[in-house]
Amino acid sequence: MELGLEVDDTRPPHTVLSVTGEVDVYTAPRLREKLVELSSQGHRQIVVDLEGVDFLDSTGLGVLVGGLKRLRSNDGDLGLVCTQTRILKVFEITGLTKVFSISASVDEALAG
Amino acid sequence: MIVALELEVPPRAEYIAIVRLVVSSLASGRRNLADERLDDLKLAVSEACTNAVEAHTRAGTTDPVKIRVLEADERIEVEITDRGGGFDPDRLPLHPPVTDPSRLDFERGLGIPLIRTLVDLARFERLEDGTRLRMVVFGGPAGDGGDETTEILRAVLADED
Repeated sequence: MELGLEVDDTRPPHTVLSVTGEVDVYTAPRLREKLVELSSQGHRQIVVDLEGVDFLDSTGLGVLVGGLKRLRSNDGDLGLVCTQTRILKVFEITGLTKVFSISASVDEALAG
Repeated sequence: MIVALELEVPPRAEYIAIVRLVVSSLASGRRNLADERLDDLKLAVSEACTNAVEAHTRAGTTDPVKIRVLEADERIEVEITDRGGGFDPDRLPLHPPVTDPSRLDFERGLGIPLIRTLVDLARFERLEDGTRLRMVVFGGPAGDGGDETTEILRAVLADED
């Protein structure tokens, strides 16, 4: 199972991390490593684009919560891009829609 | 009720995607199961397998995690049995509310609340050396709560609890 992670740092001050594939307990550690790496490189405003994600479970949610916490403690933020009902549902059930800023497109997230 | 599938997988994270795929493929053949419910079942199965694999890791056992899928006309049931030492599902720590900044200290523990929300019935049975989770999804159409028969069955089963 492949997890795709692509970084676009051409739109400062934001860094866009596009995730594709399935995020579960097997693949989530790679997403965590990437977020830690970006934040330790000084990227403070990260937008995680989830439009290419086919599946996301609570392990993936946990990694995103951890990333948000790490960035906020450094005066940064982590925003999400997601319009897929099945992925949004996981955030809604867990109440995390109130914790994350969720945009409908990368442009909207960068403008916000 | 027929046993449609029995699987045993090593307690390793890379096998969870396979279980998810197999169970959702089987369930997708059900005429009356809406796509949204299929996604719910797929996620619940993944959460349950993740818990089972982690329990085996904590208990230090390489015994397989067992998955059994049972089908009847109006419902599909998935049983996940682990030998990870067992736990009390009613005594899980509660998360702070999402508006509390300390909510961000909790990256784990969302799996069981998710399972309980996603499936129509989730029952945890404590075994001598582990846990058996039985999850039921009724085949009725999503959104309107299912047809009359499904509603009656749901009520009867809820009473059993």
